[in-house]
Amino acid sequence: MKQSKKHRAGPALDMTAKIGILILALNLFVVLFGPMLAPFPPNALMSDEIFSSIGTGGLLGTDVLGRDLLSRMLYGARTTIGLAFIATLIGFIIGIVMGFSAAEMGGWADDLISRVVDVMISFPPMLLALVVIAGLGSSITILVCTVGITHAPRVARISRAIAMEIALNNFVEVSRARGESLFSVLRREIWPNSIRPLAAEFGLRFTYSVLFLSGLSFLGLGIQPPRADWGMMVKENLAGLHYGSWAALMPALAISLITVGINLIVDWMGAQTGKQIPEEMKK
Amino acid sequence: MSKKLSIKGLVVEAQKPSGEWFTIVHGVDVEVKAGEVVALIGESGAGKTTIGLGALAYSRPGTRIVGGSVNLDDVDLLSIGKNQRRKIRGKKIAYVAQSASAALNPAIKLGKQVKESLKVHEILNPNGWDKRVMELFGLLDLPGPEELADRYPHQVSGGQQQRVMTAMAMACLPDFIVFDEPTTALDVTTQVEVLKAIKDVIRKKGTGAIYVSHDLSVVAQVADRIIVLYDGKVVENSRTEDILESPKEEYTKALLNAVRSVPEDSSFVKKDILPPKNEPLIELKNIYASYKRSSWLKPLTENHHILHGINLSVYPGEVVALVGESGSGKSTIARVMTGLLSQLSGEVLYEGTPLSPKVKKRSLEHLRLVQMVCQSPDTTLNPRQPVLEAIGRPLELYFGLSGQKKHERVKELLSMVELPSDYAYRYPPELSGGEKQRVSLARAFGVNPSIILCDEVLSALDTIVATSVLDLLGDLKKKLDVAYLFISHDLATVASVADRVVVLYSGRICEDGPIEKVFSPPYHPYTALLMSSVPELKHGWLEQILDSRSTEKKDDTGPIPERSMCAFQPRCPVYDKTRCEKGLPPGRNLGDNHVIYCHAELDRLPYSRSFV
Repeated sequence: MKQSKKHRAGPALDMTAKIGILILALNLFVVLFGPMLAPFPPNALMSDEIFSSIGTGGLLGTDVLGRDLLSRMLYGARTTIGLAFIATLIGFIIGIVMGFSAAEMGGWADDLISRVVDVMISFPPMLLALVVIAGLGSSITILVCTVGITHAPRVARISRAIAMEIALNNFVEVSRARGESLFSVLRREIWPNSIRPLAAEFGLRFTYSVLFLSGLSFLGLGIQPPRADWGMMVKENLAGLHYGSWAALMPALAISLITVGINLIVDWMGAQTGKQIPEEMKK
Repeated sequence: MSKKLSIKGLVVEAQKPSGEWFTIVHGVDVEVKAGEVVALIGESGAGKTTIGLGALAYSRPGTRIVGGSVNLDDVDLLSIGKNQRRKIRGKKIAYVAQSASAALNPAIKLGKQVKESLKVHEILNPNGWDKRVMELFGLLDLPGPEELADRYPHQVSGGQQQRVMTAMAMACLPDFIVFDEPTTALDVTTQVEVLKAIKDVIRKKGTGAIYVSHDLSVVAQVADRIIVLYDGKVVENSRTEDILESPKEEYTKALLNAVRSVPEDSSFVKKDILPPKNEPLIELKNIYASYKRSSWLKPLTENHHILHGINLSVYPGEVVALVGESGSGKSTIARVMTGLLSQLSGEVLYEGTPLSPKVKKRSLEHLRLVQMVCQSPDTTLNPRQPVLEAIGRPLELYFGLSGQKKHERVKELLSMVELPSDYAYRYPPELSGGEKQRVSLARAFGVNPSIILCDEVLSALDTIVATSVLDLLGDLKKKLDVAYLFISHDLATVASVADRVVVLYSGRICEDGPIEKVFSPPYHPYTALLMSSVPELKHGWLEQILDSRSTEKKDDTGPIPERSMCAFQPRCPVYDKTRCEKGLPPGRNLGDNHVIYCHAELDRLPYSRSFV
């Protein structure tokens, strides 16, 4: 009956998870040290030749204005990944608070929060973002908050469902009967048991943020030039495709790489959450 | 040549989370002849189900069969290909799972589900399928077969679901069936009917069976041979009579003793006829409760109520048992007492002080005095909190203990429930079921409550473990003088621990009184039915009890009586139209606060358990 302490250390990683973590680590490295590694400043005009090919006038060539593409990619990681992370975090904080309170308070509070979520979710995210940016202008703060808020109702729904499932366990009932406050029940009983599924959801939402922010940049509504951002780099270098330039493809590839990497990790985490239950019941 | 299923030297391995394989079944032999019932019995983890599934050459995910042979009519199921095996499964050997509600597909009508295996194995034609289904439903004593085939699983009772599962397994008239704890999830009263149905149908069709169970008394009714398992090895393999009368191995004797030895020597000291007490510790007054919320769109009706006017009191230091079938409202009463469920009307009093219906509005002091211990050891502790937190948090909340003081008190409590003190640092998944239940007892006792609500605390444990936890409950009671509200469906346990019993049926009390009075004649008709349904550890008990019951068939699917009448009418053997249709049965005090709620005249009440 005794189990080793193994389950706390977490189950072994499989191949896909390892690849995912490798990709994520690479991206994280670029976010932290990219600007230090960049051979040139991101906005310096390096050459008269625009859309120069790989290897000429810089390692990855130059972009639409003749700036060094590699340097801009390295700088852009911070904007793209950093902002996506903050936006997702905002969405999660709002969403979890809403979802958990709805689940644990029940009654009219649940009805109210759930209907608010229904209303929020019925706006297409892109449309909502366009309206907000048209109304308030495009600053980084507004951008990040908008993306965060579009995540919130979806996160609220899933965290409400997770919390309600955990609340079916007797230990939650026991703690309520003990007289624990709402916050205490959520923090002690619900939260530690919901981290795993929420972390998987976080990964997924993070990739949406990356894509969403890139999409806004591509439409010209997101990050404003001359700041380097992968999504915007796709847009500004689009014309280069006619000349066989890689300038638009490189940032696009970077976006898809981190999306794939995170999805690999999320898939593995999802499989673990599914597996975990029968394993514990068997013992 | 007579048909035979023979398992030889079966070895099964399971995988640890770390990836290593270890053996869980160590070379077990089982042989079943046509028409014979062989029972596999043992504690959880003994490998019963694994061997049962092995008979179909099936291994659950995470396990694998690594050795031995499974011969069915001289075909080794383990050495033939997947497709051939698939042709044999369901046709020649079938499986009945423990939980019918989980095994039946909720979206398909019952008749269609039963026909499925006939279709797959291309037996008979569509006309014949229907005929076969009706025949099997009839054999299994299912009421109104035609109508039943047209229903969905949730529209029939648990006992009926289990019988439909059996019909499904019987559909192709297999030579052998594996039953995996088919009656464990059922109430005692339903269990009798299902056992009888299963026994009849396999006898009539000459089917051989492997019957997996942890309950010796049940197995004694159906099995010809019993194989006792421990830790994946055969301990004893003998005819049923031999096992029951002259067990050879120590382990078998221990199992038998655990079933037989409940009364007299238990550590519960019963109070003698209770002295007239001044004030009840906790009292329920005319409680009505429901799990549905009333809203102006859908006002609650009486049919939504779970409790209908419950009056109940527990005195200091008293052990009151609540018994009744599932759905009778036992746990609901406990939830109302703790405030987890707010009553619709009525009052909960603690030493005369009314308590708020809402747990959030009760004072910490009142919450501390009423503690709860739950049924399922697997969900009663937060898997991500170490034992130190589980036991320590209430101490922190009620007494403000922290740091070193909390630590010491937790260790003290652990030793009180007979666990080593280093268990404080373990997490619940590292504990066994019995250990988890001990931790949750320590959690409840740690705050010095005056009453503990024990909701089926033993029912998820193996017999031997349950006995030791029960002893612990008795010891703690002696030391700390608390009252217990002991909710249980196990009448033998109740008889050994309780001072007073309250029998519930359908949200109303039918009998309430000191244990010796309730468990001796005259009985309320429902109490008699409950008591007679508890399997006794003796061969042929099932036939005996069924013979003694009136031959007139009681159909429990009859119309539900009006809420203003006795709810037990459709199943009652002493039912009389003129007498019983006069509203709710009145309570009659037979002395010593023994109250029976029944219309029947005293001399018409059952005087023998097997009268019903």
